[in-house]
Amino acid sequence: MSEVIKKFLYVNRKAPYGTIYAQEALEVVLIGAAFDQDVSLAFLDDGVFQLTKGQDTKETGLKNFSPTFRALGDYEVTKLYVEQESLDERGLTLDDLQDIQYEDEDDDYAEKPSIIVVSRARMGEVMADQDVILSF
Amino acid sequence: MAYDVNGTTVEHDEEGYITNLSDWSKELADVIADAEEIEMGEEHWAVVNFLRDYYEEYQIAPAVRVLIKSIKKSMGPEVGNNKYMYELFPYGPAKQACKIAGLPKPTGCV
Repeated sequence: MSEVIKKFLYVNRKAPYGTIYAQEALEVVLIGAAFDQDVSLAFLDDGVFQLTKGQDTKETGLKNFSPTFRALGDYEVTKLYVEQESLDERGLTLDDLQDIQYEDEDDDYAEKPSIIVVSRARMGEVMADQDVILSF
Repeated sequence: MAYDVNGTTVEHDEEGYITNLSDWSKELADVIADAEEIEMGEEHWAVVNFLRDYYEEYQIAPAVRVLIKSIKKSMGPEVGNNKYMYELFPYGPAKQACKIAGLPKPTGCV
């Protein structure tokens, strides 16, 4: 395994159901997490809907994969950047999103929030700081 | 292809994973374990039950390193280590235990 750790950012821009992008992106993240890289996720535009609480897909016949976001901490994916303006434009707040946490091994397994709400300007800086950006 | 559980048939794919996750029962687990040549002991069941709980909560079967890390936390390092887990499930703790637990093949399993 290469010892060079690269920063990967997976950018999620689409609503969770209706297209397969969101679910496939999450699958790629889980598979990619095995490669010991520095992985984070970004949610903007309709992508912020992926993290909303209380999703119910029964009527659609699709699998509700939203609980899987809460497993990301187990895969050492602990940074989920959510764009403030995208939330605002859709009338959403942090309270509308799932409570996603990870256990910090370096801090006696304290549970810490994974969701980081950032401004559009700050999101630009986060992106500029990456080695690899994969957009879904 | 199908397993036979007391006269009831349960469909599975070419690798032995059951097709309909709701078909699972403890009796079926024993049948699948038999086919895998595994004799289910207390620790096998602990792993299988852990996997089912994990799937129920997160809608995925965990990758093997996540499984072992979690078992180490819940059952201690004597059980939660690579060597012991491979003794319990020689063809891979995630792959084989998921099959017995009636779950899909773990995501990221190659």
